Amino acid sequence: MDGSGKVLGASVRRKDALEKVTGAVRYVDDIVYPGAWHGGTVRTHAPGGVVEQIEFDPSIDWSQYVVVTAADVPGDNLIRLIDPDQPALVDRVFRHAAEPVVLLAHADRLALARGLAGVRLVEAANPHPVFDIDPALEAVHPICPANVYRDYRMVKGDPAAGEADAEVLFEGRFETGAQEHVYIEPQGMIAHVDADGVLVIEGSMQCPFYVLDTLLGLTARSSDRLRIVHRTTGGGFGGKEEYPSHIAAHAALLTLKAGGRPVRLIYDRAEDMLATPKRHPSRSIVRLGAKRDGTLTLIDFDFAIDGGAYATLSPVVLSRGLIHAPGPYRCEHVRVRGRAVATNHPPNGAFRGFGAPQAIFAMEVALDGLAGDLGIPPLELRRRNMLCPGDVSAPGQRMDASMDFHRVLDEALERSDYLRRREDFSRWNIDNQSVKKGIGLATFYHGAGFTGGGEVYLASRAAVRANALGQVEILASSSEMGQGSSTTLCQIVAQALELPIERVTQAAVDTHAVLNSGPTVASRTCMVVGRILEDAARELRARLVSAAGLPDNGYSAQAFTDACARYTAAHGELRVESRYEPPPDVNWDDKTFRGSPYASYAWACYIAEVEIDLRTWEVNLTDFTAVQEIGKVVNPVIAAGQVEGGVVQALGYALMEKVVWGEGGAMANNRFTNYIIPTSADTPPIRVFFQEQPGGSGPAGAKGLGELPMDGPAPAIVNAINFALGTDIHAIPVLPEDVMLALEAVGTSGIQGARGRQGATR
Amino acid sequence: MMQMAFSLNGRRVDGEFDPAQRLLDFLRIERGLTGTKEGCGEGECGACAVLIDGTLVNSCLVLLGQVQGRVLLSIEGIATDDPLLESFASSGATQCGICTPGMVIAARALLDRIPDPTLDQVREALAGNLCRCTGYTRIYDAVLNASAMALPAAAPPVGAGGSA
Repeated sequence: MDGSGKVLGASVRRKDALEKVTGAVRYVDDIVYPGAWHGGTVRTHAPGGVVEQIEFDPSIDWSQYVVVTAADVPGDNLIRLIDPDQPALVDRVFRHAAEPVVLLAHADRLALARGLAGVRLVEAANPHPVFDIDPALEAVHPICPANVYRDYRMVKGDPAAGEADAEVLFEGRFETGAQEHVYIEPQGMIAHVDADGVLVIEGSMQCPFYVLDTLLGLTARSSDRLRIVHRTTGGGFGGKEEYPSHIAAHAALLTLKAGGRPVRLIYDRAEDMLATPKRHPSRSIVRLGAKRDGTLTLIDFDFAIDGGAYATLSPVVLSRGLIHAPGPYRCEHVRVRGRAVATNHPPNGAFRGFGAPQAIFAMEVALDGLAGDLGIPPLELRRRNMLCPGDVSAPGQRMDASMDFHRVLDEALERSDYLRRREDFSRWNIDNQSVKKGIGLATFYHGAGFTGGGEVYLASRAAVRANALGQVEILASSSEMGQGSSTTLCQIVAQALELPIERVTQAAVDTHAVLNSGPTVASRTCMVVGRILEDAARELRARLVSAAGLPDNGYSAQAFTDACARYTAAHGELRVESRYEPPPDVNWDDKTFRGSPYASYAWACYIAEVEIDLRTWEVNLTDFTAVQEIGKVVNPVIAAGQVEGGVVQALGYALMEKVVWGEGGAMANNRFTNYIIPTSADTPPIRVFFQEQPGGSGPAGAKGLGELPMDGPAPAIVNAINFALGTDIHAIPVLPEDVMLALEAVGTSGIQGARGRQGATR
Repeated sequence: MMQMAFSLNGRRVDGEFDPAQRLLDFLRIERGLTGTKEGCGEGECGACAVLIDGTLVNSCLVLLGQVQGRVLLSIEGIATDDPLLESFASSGATQCGICTPGMVIAARALLDRIPDPTLDQVREALAGNLCRCTGYTRIYDAVLNASAMALPAAAPPVGAGGSA
């Protein structure tokens, strides 16, 4: 039909655009339940220990409050995720500060605040807290066995031979800090028991079925008496993957004890930043061996992430980081060891990129270090080693003929005018002693979907249904949080049905109404769930052709409606369910980390330009070029928005966002006043370009995109700084004081050397 | 309680109100105007931005008693044909949407003051409003496009950070 041939690939407007722009759409805090009570949480302060007593201020009339402790949990006091180690409420023993112990609810918000201040926890503090990775690995007073949640190894070839073959050996230690998500909508849930006795929990979240899983065990209810409803979610970035299960559990316990009355548990910003997970801090020790011509002979990578006090998602964050650590490079001999380490920080968790940004930072900055040692430009070192069709990646995956990484690099060089800018900046830096300029690049890939057999384990399902009026609805748990998935999924289905986009909507995500299409994470929604929905839509169309006289193709929207009317009159509801089918070539051994961990990779080259003011040590990002190959661009405006937003989030990661830990090991700068994220005044032009190569495993060859832009900016920026100053900065965030210290470390030679050591041969 | 009179979104409000409550709470809880959002409660994020006598303020830092006799505009009072609404929607300037009402208000304050702003003026005018999704680029486009829509004789808008 006219126009519909371009639904997939067109910049159709977001379905939720107007209701968001006018402020009409309701987020959880905007939902009104008359008579609802307000809930709050009393938390530990010590870095682990024992809650010996809970003291209630005798001047407060506690009969006016609902008070919940661990003793009120009807089922398992457990947040279900990977390891069964984390309680929903502390029952005596705890592992970190900001752990929930007592829940209160009251009709009045001020009275609630008085109540929260009137509960005192008598804590016997853990005398031996540990807050950093290397001391934790000594495991003198372990939190879990050896203080290691997981210890994985990935080996290719013979690392000893790779070391023997090396003519130059680079070794460096790299660190990345914690990062707070800073979704602008704080987390929150509202719970109540409805007239049918169903416990309903609604709120801001990415993964309604994760919440359901925890609540099933916690409440000992069956799924027909428990309903989780996703409400418009004001940003997630991974931060609303696992923690909403806690808030939902707490809201549920409060409403159950309050006789089913609605209870609102909406965090303010300070509580949100104090209590919810951060991006895992990491440290990497990277050893790279190469021939004099730059051919890599060895990648030896010791990667460790700070998981905090409970395992939560650390095992899978670790595996993604480990697999991405050696990067998209050809090297016969690779060894990566990865450990997720226990500390007394609140658990760190899912955050856009999921372990990959930490590892890619280390590898990409290490490559520039190796280039310096070799006297080869960083660009040439990458060109020599980038994966090409037929090459085998570090985990053992053979690259097929569809990939063309060099084309991505070439476009980035051209769009950024990299070579000329680099020469210009080298000259500038000789002549200018107050402002230095730098340009740096990073080349990387990101595998989309769950790692290895994860998608098979998830066995996601989704459905498409059409009514007699020819209106089509998507039934999936994939949750809109700003990324545009409720629009792109509709585009995919509209394309498969040859319908205009207006005909297709996504049903509200509600565990009583939709199928479990898996969590909204891992850059998997468009690629994996989109493919399932495309299959379902094609089957629905085939049924209309075979059973209701729909022409094979070239039909009008009216003809589709007529066929739907005929079908439903004759057969009843027209609804087709589909499930995930693994691509034939994904084989993965999660014991040995060998095989093909991901069905598809997005490939990228990012180039950053910086200016550093040597009077203030301030680094300004002045230009950014992002070129990526993502298979098929389903919606160009939405896709570019993902990259632009991701680059700016990563700019904050690289240059601004520093989590300061308080004495108890929880975030001390837990407010926007002193945790600084980029504003419009900090954000340079970001120039985004897409390439499309066939072969992605999603609809029309699409691949995952959402996390990719978090991976590359930090190393590109740090490489640009090191080029400008001749420094060896190996850690982020790079604050002005870090620039100052790095310059002191290299002495004045670094500045006056001007071009940076890698510039020497270019 | 205090006897108060002021204008809210073009209508006169008269009555007895608690002057010590935050303007943000008055709008959201007493008036049900939930388009104004609370992002931080300390004046850093701009999600609660409103105009008082045309001046951009964060309503979490204003007590209701301070608006006596003033003219208030919240997102709900933006004209339905304000080019900013169409422009934000069509430019990809909203993603999760939680910052968007505040951004629109900040953009309205700018365009009322400078109908034809430069990119740098847009960047500065929005610097008090945090967005974590868009990277701001498309918000610049939206404001510049809206400016051009309101000024039909003006030159076509120039995008802030083109993309392919």
